[in-house]
Amino acid sequence: MDKEELIPHLFRTEYRKIVSALCKRFGFDQIEIAEDIASDTFMTAAQTWGLKSIPQNPTAWLYNVAKNKAKNHLQRDHLFENKIVPGLKDNSSDTPEIDLSPQYINDSQLQMMFAICHPSISPEAQIGLSLRILCGFGIEEIADAFLTNKETINKRLFRAKEKLREEKIKIELPGVSEIDERLETVLTTIYLLFNEGYYSVSQNKTLRKDLCYEAMRLCYMLVENKYTNKPQVNALLSLMCFHASRFEARIDKNGELVLYEEQDTTLWNSDLISKGGYFLNCASSGNKISKYHLQAAIAYWNTQKSDTKDKWGNILQLYNQLLQIEYSPIAALNRTYALSKANGKQVAITEAEKLNLTDNQFYFALLGELYTDVDNIKANQNFQKALSLAKTQTDKHTIQKKIEIISAFL
Amino acid sequence: MEEFVLIMRHEDGHKVASPEQIEIWMKQTMDWIGGIAAQNKFSGGTGLPFEDARVVSSKKIVTNGPFGEIKETIGGFITVKADSVDEAVEFAKGCPVLQGEGNTVEVRKVAKGDGAH
Repeated sequence: MDKEELIPHLFRTEYRKIVSALCKRFGFDQIEIAEDIASDTFMTAAQTWGLKSIPQNPTAWLYNVAKNKAKNHLQRDHLFENKIVPGLKDNSSDTPEIDLSPQYINDSQLQMMFAICHPSISPEAQIGLSLRILCGFGIEEIADAFLTNKETINKRLFRAKEKLREEKIKIELPGVSEIDERLETVLTTIYLLFNEGYYSVSQNKTLRKDLCYEAMRLCYMLVENKYTNKPQVNALLSLMCFHASRFEARIDKNGELVLYEEQDTTLWNSDLISKGGYFLNCASSGNKISKYHLQAAIAYWNTQKSDTKDKWGNILQLYNQLLQIEYSPIAALNRTYALSKANGKQVAITEAEKLNLTDNQFYFALLGELYTDVDNIKANQNFQKALSLAKTQTDKHTIQKKIEIISAFL
Repeated sequence: MEEFVLIMRHEDGHKVASPEQIEIWMKQTMDWIGGIAAQNKFSGGTGLPFEDARVVSSKKIVTNGPFGEIKETIGGFITVKADSVDEAVEFAKGCPVLQGEGNTVEVRKVAKGDGAH
């Protein structure tokens, strides 16, 4: 890797580690100082490496510089405190220790995850902070992912940090009694982060893929720690593996979405599919079925391309269960589609008419699909309604194609 | 929006169905509940298995199960959200339990706990 690539690469992988470890050492209220020291470290690297050569072990070099900067900071802090509040502390001027061992870094990152994914700030702010502090994304990349500008993101992150400071958030793992509840928020944020990449409107394919992989990496950190290695965590990781396996197939060269039916299955990543299977298996310990279990199981069936009754019967039952745990319009629509595949179009039409999601383009697209070959006039009417509600070019294009096909039979 | 409980009653708990038949009923019941949940009208509910069923009578006499003298048994219940009792009744009409002659689904409004009931 040459110099131009090395520093951004290291920034992505090491910035977050340095920030987490330093922030853990200083306390959350000093997060800006931790961020400044980490950014400063990379500035120093860019200058020094530019003039001289790249050190043998760049990561160790970065850690050393970060440690020294942190020590300087603490010493200054120490002196200041000793002058202002003499006698409160012992006057020994030991050099403060800064721990940047892999274990400490790993623990801090995990604890940082719980600090950031705190219910006191909005999910949007949680994702933003996660991208910055846990994933080492630049402000510009975050702005790009959210389709907004740097200023907005800076403001959002600033406010979120203020709020966490007000709440006196500690960088630590939650106690046993609250772990499941807190984990729920962490998993929600990880899944939102993943979806931000998977369903993003951003045309930047590399960035979108990065978002997905970062979400999976964070989830994997939870799996690796025995305190947080819970069935629902494995289920979410499994779900993301199954989804990510289709990443290459579902977006074409131009960044346009390719529908499931039209995907080139040779582009499906079989390695990720088998990893998904592995984590789904790991998720089956315990006796609680989370929404992630159900979604992962559905995602598993979606990796089976063959259109069997068995497959759709299973998917239908999984959606039946999922909807009882958590309703969402998209789950209701998918459930109805599975119903048509398992029990026939007539039953599904009756059920679909009851859903009443009349402001949802996909509702009309589904009705159009169900009425196709049953009542093509009605199919056409529904596709027309879907078209009038469609927002993206891809969606409009897809529906237009359906209308063309239907028109031939009218 | 009100809440209603739909109580599924079987006329005769003595009848034994085959595992295959039970599986079909289970699927139909899940499809029925899934259909209600897909309208965001499902609140909760549970099946009531016959094992470990007991009946305690007025003299504190405990008998096994709701079988024997009692002709009707409760198979389970679900709670639904509905704008009116008529809407709840429409949900009840779809219940697969009604395929069995003499079986019923009782629709009852849930008291709101506001002192009105």
